[in-house]
Amino acid sequence: MQKTYNPAIHFQQVDFHAGNTHILKRVTGSFPQGRITTLVGPSGAGKTTLLKLCNGLISPDAGEIFIKNKPIGSYDPVELRRQVGIALQSAPMVGGTVMENLHLPFQLQGKKLEEKEAASLLDDVGLNQGFLGRNVKDLSGGQRQKVSIARTLVNHPEILLLDEITSSLDRTSTKEIEELIVKINTKYGTTIIWITHNLQQALKVADYTWVMMEGEVIETGESDLLKDPVNEKVRKFVKGEEA
Amino acid sequence: MSYFSLALTLIFVLIPLLLSKTFQLGLERDTIIATVRSIIQLLLIGYVLQFVFDSESYLFIFLMVAIMIGAATQNARKKGAAIKGITWKIAITLIFIEILTQGILIGFGITPPTAQYIISISGMVIGNSMVLSILFLNRFTAEMENHQDQTELILSLGGTPKQAIHSQLIAAIKASMIPTIESQKTVGLVQLPGMMSGQIIAGADPIQAVQFQLLILFLLLTNAAVTSIMLGFLSYPTLFNDRMQLVRKSE
Repeated sequence: MQKTYNPAIHFQQVDFHAGNTHILKRVTGSFPQGRITTLVGPSGAGKTTLLKLCNGLISPDAGEIFIKNKPIGSYDPVELRRQVGIALQSAPMVGGTVMENLHLPFQLQGKKLEEKEAASLLDDVGLNQGFLGRNVKDLSGGQRQKVSIARTLVNHPEILLLDEITSSLDRTSTKEIEELIVKINTKYGTTIIWITHNLQQALKVADYTWVMMEGEVIETGESDLLKDPVNEKVRKFVKGEEA
Repeated sequence: MSYFSLALTLIFVLIPLLLSKTFQLGLERDTIIATVRSIIQLLLIGYVLQFVFDSESYLFIFLMVAIMIGAATQNARKKGAAIKGITWKIAITLIFIEILTQGILIGFGITPPTAQYIISISGMVIGNSMVLSILFLNRFTAEMENHQDQTELILSLGGTPKQAIHSQLIAAIKASMIPTIESQKTVGLVQLPGMMSGQIIAGADPIQAVQFQLLILFLLLTNAAVTSIMLGFLSYPTLFNDRMQLVRKSE
């Protein structure tokens, strides 16, 4: 499948342990540049660990990860994390206003985020300028996720990692976020890797899908593979999720 | 005070023993152990101090201070077991604070370089630093656990370990310093410091006792600030590896 695209990220025989638990088992595969790939699979499959490896929050115990064909270890960690942004599932916020949260990535670099730019980022994620002064405590789950995505976009990452960002949202908010992600991908050409439990979501927004189970990549390919899976394990998983 | 009077003070041990028994607190054994230990330890240290004061040897003064630092380190390190190399970090902090305070006191001629002054002040400085270290480590460990998602967020956005841990570090430093500052606000109004009371009971001029107590109070302020900040800045780098990742327990 990836023949037509350069890999934005490539995993080569990657292993990861947490204590005595083998989380990722010889994971190999690529995420095509400029496309949306979803990671699906049951809880405990190692999906979040895989995202954190891409952002350099953790390192593999064995194997190699390549970002744009360069070993991840050759990147300065700070530079890597600015290029490969991650929106975490819990959408953690620093105390204060939406503006303070949007300013955070620039603050860490000793720069100032202009209000105009902050407003433009909010607009990108479908929130109006009035939210800038709002305390993050007063945001709904969907608004919080949007702010979290906008904050990640401040660094203009080439790769955006999304960890189950719609899992706790209602249908309307979920639809808004889906449209937003497609818009970011189209507008900026950002490579997106998105963990989701929602198979319909994977079919709707993603070009490609990885199915992971118990730390292993079971199947990769165009998202249509979820419609009629060949692999027996994937078939069972899809059936279970649809039930 | 006569030995008979001293024996009578055991009434103050009998009261908590009776209360513990009556209310089934289960603290009788610990109370007895604490009493016996304090009698033995204080009598022993009394004889040791008498020997050191009489000998007027700097070697014995050095040994006494070294033992104090060793014991304080041993006690405080348990609270920071999660931090790599915490024993040395506490020991270095205590040694530094001891050199700093004695350097100022003796260097400026505020106190004479005799065993009587060096050992007494060292005891207060090291003891206070030990308590501050325990307070700091307790709070810092809790802050780290409670705000791990915030630390991870800042790292994930391209922040450095120092930026990622900054608010937790400041919270822990402040929390460990506040008791010292607050207790100084009410000193003389709510409580009379033990050392000053001791001097007054021993017949010293109250004004002189106050002057000496003020010296100790100011010294403890420096002590609080330097101990917390130094231990904080020595501790946090070991929580991260060279890839700016939070160190996993298995590493």
